[in-house]
Amino acid sequence: MTDWIAIGSINDIPRRGARCVKSPIGTIAVFRTVDDKVYAIEDRCPHRGGPLSQGIVHGAQVTCPLHNWVFSLETGEAQGADEGQVRTFALRLEGEVIYIDADLAMAIAAE
Amino acid sequence: MGEKLVVIGAGMASGRMLEYLFEADPDRYEVTLFGAEPRGNYNRIMLSPVLAGEKSYEDIVTHDAAWYAEHGVDCQFGKTITRIDRAARTVYADGVETTFDKLVVATGSAPFIIPIAGKDLPGVMAFRDLDDVNRMVAAAERPNARAVVIGGGLLGLEAAAALRNRGMEVVVLHLMGHLMERQLDPAAGYLLQRELEGRGIKIHCKAQTKAILGEDRVEAVLLEDGTVYDADIVVMAVGIRPETRIATDAGLQVERGIVVDDQMRTSDPDILALGECVEHQGVVYGLVAPLYDMAKVAAKTLTGTEAAFKPVQTATQLKVTGVNLYSAGDFAEADDREEIVLRDASVGVYKRVVLKQDKIIGAVLYGETGDGAWYFDLLKRGENVTEMRDTLIFGQAYQGGAQLDPMAAVAALPDDAEICGCNGVCKSTITGAIAEKGLTSLDDVRSHTKASASCGTCTGLVEQLLAATLGDAYNPAAVQPMCPCTDLGHDDVRRLIVAKGLKSMPAVMQELEWKTSCGCAKCRPALNYYLLSTWPGEYEDDNQSRFINERVHANIQKDGTYSVVPRMWGGLTNSRELRAIADVADKFAIPTVKVTGGQRIDLLGVKKEDLPAVWADLNAAGMVSGAAYAKGLRTVKTCVGSDWCRFGTQDSTGLGVRIEKFMWGSWTPAKVKMAVSGCPRNCAEATCKDVGVICVDSGYEIHFAGAAGLDIKGTEVLCHAKTEDEAMEIIVALTQLYREQGRYLERIYKWAKRVGSDSIKANVVDDLAKRRHYFERFVYSQKFAQVDPWQERVNGKDAHEFAALAEFGMPQQAAE
Repeated sequence: MTDWIAIGSINDIPRRGARCVKSPIGTIAVFRTVDDKVYAIEDRCPHRGGPLSQGIVHGAQVTCPLHNWVFSLETGEAQGADEGQVRTFALRLEGEVIYIDADLAMAIAAE
Repeated sequence: MGEKLVVIGAGMASGRMLEYLFEADPDRYEVTLFGAEPRGNYNRIMLSPVLAGEKSYEDIVTHDAAWYAEHGVDCQFGKTITRIDRAARTVYADGVETTFDKLVVATGSAPFIIPIAGKDLPGVMAFRDLDDVNRMVAAAERPNARAVVIGGGLLGLEAAAALRNRGMEVVVLHLMGHLMERQLDPAAGYLLQRELEGRGIKIHCKAQTKAILGEDRVEAVLLEDGTVYDADIVVMAVGIRPETRIATDAGLQVERGIVVDDQMRTSDPDILALGECVEHQGVVYGLVAPLYDMAKVAAKTLTGTEAAFKPVQTATQLKVTGVNLYSAGDFAEADDREEIVLRDASVGVYKRVVLKQDKIIGAVLYGETGDGAWYFDLLKRGENVTEMRDTLIFGQAYQGGAQLDPMAAVAALPDDAEICGCNGVCKSTITGAIAEKGLTSLDDVRSHTKASASCGTCTGLVEQLLAATLGDAYNPAAVQPMCPCTDLGHDDVRRLIVAKGLKSMPAVMQELEWKTSCGCAKCRPALNYYLLSTWPGEYEDDNQSRFINERVHANIQKDGTYSVVPRMWGGLTNSRELRAIADVADKFAIPTVKVTGGQRIDLLGVKKEDLPAVWADLNAAGMVSGAAYAKGLRTVKTCVGSDWCRFGTQDSTGLGVRIEKFMWGSWTPAKVKMAVSGCPRNCAEATCKDVGVICVDSGYEIHFAGAAGLDIKGTEVLCHAKTEDEAMEIIVALTQLYREQGRYLERIYKWAKRVGSDSIKANVVDDLAKRRHYFERFVYSQKFAQVDPWQERVNGKDAHEFAALAEFGMPQQAAE
C-alpha cells in the first residue's frame, strides 16, 4: 500500500517554481509548472550535485543553476546532449493538497 | 587617372549602379557622388519599418562610409547640385565646382504637395526620407499626439500604420472610393480598411481636402464637406513627381521625367539618367525593381557594354506588419475578362485572379499571399491556365496533386521563377549561388545575390530555397535567434517590445509567436530584463524568470550554499561595519571571509535558510546588498585620491561613492564594474573596467569598454569632463544607452564593438540634448530600482524561498 504523505498546498509553490521537502534520503524538489502540474525529483543534479530546486522552470523542465543541464520533470532524464538521470517521486494532488509517495524514499533510506 | 564620373543623387538606383560599375570595371572612373541628404545610400523602401520602430536606421544602410572609401568615391553629401553647365562639363553645388567626363542624373522624385492653404505650415511633412521619419517619430513622442495622413495609397497607409504603432491618433484621408485603388480592387480595399480600422486608424474615403488650418503650426485639416480633423502633424502622401529641375535648366529633353533611351542616355549622350526621375518610352517608374534594371543598364553603358532597358511588370506588397497583401498586373473589370474569386470572410482571406483568353493578367491576394510569386510567374510567362483552372485559386500546392508542403511548392517553382521582385533575382540564381559559393545563411544570399535585400517580403521564400537546397545543412540559426523558442534575434525582440507596446512576458510570447509555452532558461531572464528596462514602473519583475542568484540576492556556490557581499560604497568601510560583519561570521559559523577584487568583503558558505537572518544583522549595521550577484551595477572601485594621496588630483573616492549611490540598484544587460582613479598612476585600475574615470588636473577623463575577464582589453577614452557633475551625467547617460541597446549578457565592451564607439559618443558626448535625455530616463527608472532587496526579504518578501515546504521521515519526526 502506498504511503501518501501530505507535504503542503500547491499554493505554497510559485508557478514556474519549486520548494524543497526534506526527507531521509536528502532534499526532494517539488515543482509547480505554469499550468499547475506538480512534479517531484531528487534535488541533486547528477553532474556536480547542483540543487535543481533552485533552477529556472520552463514547461515541464528545469535548468540546473550550476551548469545549465536541463532535466525533464516527468522522467527525470537529462535533455539534449547531456546524459544523466535524477530520481522522480510520485505526487498526488487532491484539491490544493499535494501528497508524496513516501515509500520509495523510505525504502531507499532503509537500505 | 580614370575618367571623371559625377553622380547627382545618392539613392537606391545610383547606389546599385555604382555597385555594378565597380564590379565590372573598378578603376575606370573617378567617382564624385552628390547627395542632397546629409548621409549615404540607405534602403528607402524600409523607412516604414523604421517609422514603425521595428527596424533602426542602421539596419537599412546599404552603403556605409567604409564602402565608399573602399571604392574611392568622393562623397559630397548634404550638397545640392544647383546647376549643370553642359558646355563646360561642370556641375555646381553650394560653392563647389566639379568637372565631369560623364554625368549621371539620379535625382529621384519629390513628394507631391497638394496646393492648398496651409500647406507650408510647420507640422506639414512628406514621407520621403529619414529626416521626415525623424520628424514624425519626434511628433509621436508627445502624449495624445494626432496625425492626419493625406493619401490612402501604399506610402500613406504604411505611414499611418507605423504612426498608430507609435501610439498616435491617426486619420487617413483618401480621395478615392477605396484604399490603394491603383493596386487593389474594392473588395480587398474593404478588407484592408477593416483591418486598419481594427487597429484604431480612422479611414475617411472620398475625402477632398480643402485646407490645412493653424496659426503658427498645424492645428487641423478641413475637408470640402466641412469635416474638421484635429492634427499635430499632417503627412502628405498623395504621390510623387520626378525631380527634373536641373535637367530642364540644363536644356536636356524633359517630358514628365527626363527622357532616356534604352541605354539610359539623355538627349546629351555623355549624360545618363536613371531612377524615378526618368521617363522611358513615355513611362515613369516608381517601384524599385525596374530602377535596379536601369542601374544595371546604366553601368553597362558607362563601361561601353551593350545593354538595353526593357519595360517590366511589377508586383506590389504592403509593408505593414500583420497585413498580408499582394497585387500584380491588371485587375480592372472588363467584358473580355473572367475572374476567379475565393473569399473566406471569417479568416479575412480574399483571392482574386483575373484571366483574359485563359491567361492570368492580374491577381489580388489579401490575407494569404504565399502564392503571389506563383501567380505573378504565370502572369509574366503568359502561360495558358486552362488545365489547372479548377484549382487555380487554391494555389500552387493544389496543382498536380502535390502535397501541402511549402517546401514542395518552392521546390516545384521553375528555375527562372522570380523570387525577389525588387532585385529581379530568379530561383536558379539563388540556388546556383548557394551551390557554387557555398552559401549557408540568409545574409550570405543577400550579399551575393541581393535577393531579399530590399523590401524583404521574399525572405520566407529565400529561406525555403536555402532549406530545399542545403537540406539539413541549412541552419537558420545563422541569424542568431535569442534561443530555440524563437527565430527572432535579441535586437528584433527588443524593438518589437517597444514598437508593439508589449508589457508582459505572456504578451511577448503570444505576439512574437514563441514556440514554447513558457520560454526557457535562456530567453526568460533576457525578456525579463528587456521588459524591466523598457517599462520601468509598469512591468512587474518576474522572479521565476531570474537566475537563482538574482532571485535570492546572493551568489550560489558549488555546494548549494551562498555567498553574501554587503555594499561598501566606493570601497569605504568603517569599524562599525567591520564589527557587524565579524559578528555575523561568528553567529552563523560562516566558514570563509574573503576580500574581493572589487574592494568588498565576501562571506562564503552561508546556508540558504540563514540568508534572511544574516541580512537582518547586516541591515541593522546600515549595510545593504552589494549586488555582487546582479546583472547590474556591481562595484565602483576607488583609490584614496586627493583626500590622502600626495599625487591625487581630484576626490576620486568621493566621486566613486557618488556614482555608486546614484546608480546602485539599476539592472543592466550584464554586470557593470566601474572604478575611479585619482591620478594617471591609476591605482584603482580603472582602465580595464566597463566604465572607468582617471582624474587629471583639468578634470576627469572618462573611459569605457574595458575588460579583464575572459577577454583582456584596455578601455577606450570616451571624453574629457571638466566638472564632477558633467562626468556624472556622461557616465549615467552612457549606462542608460547601454541598458537600452545592449543584448542580455553582452558586456559593455562587446556592445561598444557591435554598435561602434562613434555612435556611442554621438549619443552621450556630442549631443547634449540626447545625453540629457538618456540621463533623465535613467533617473526615472531608478525611482523604482533603489529598494534594498535584503531589507525587503528581512521583512518577509519571498519567505517561501528560504524555508522548506515540508519534512518527512526525518529522525526527530520519527521520534514523535
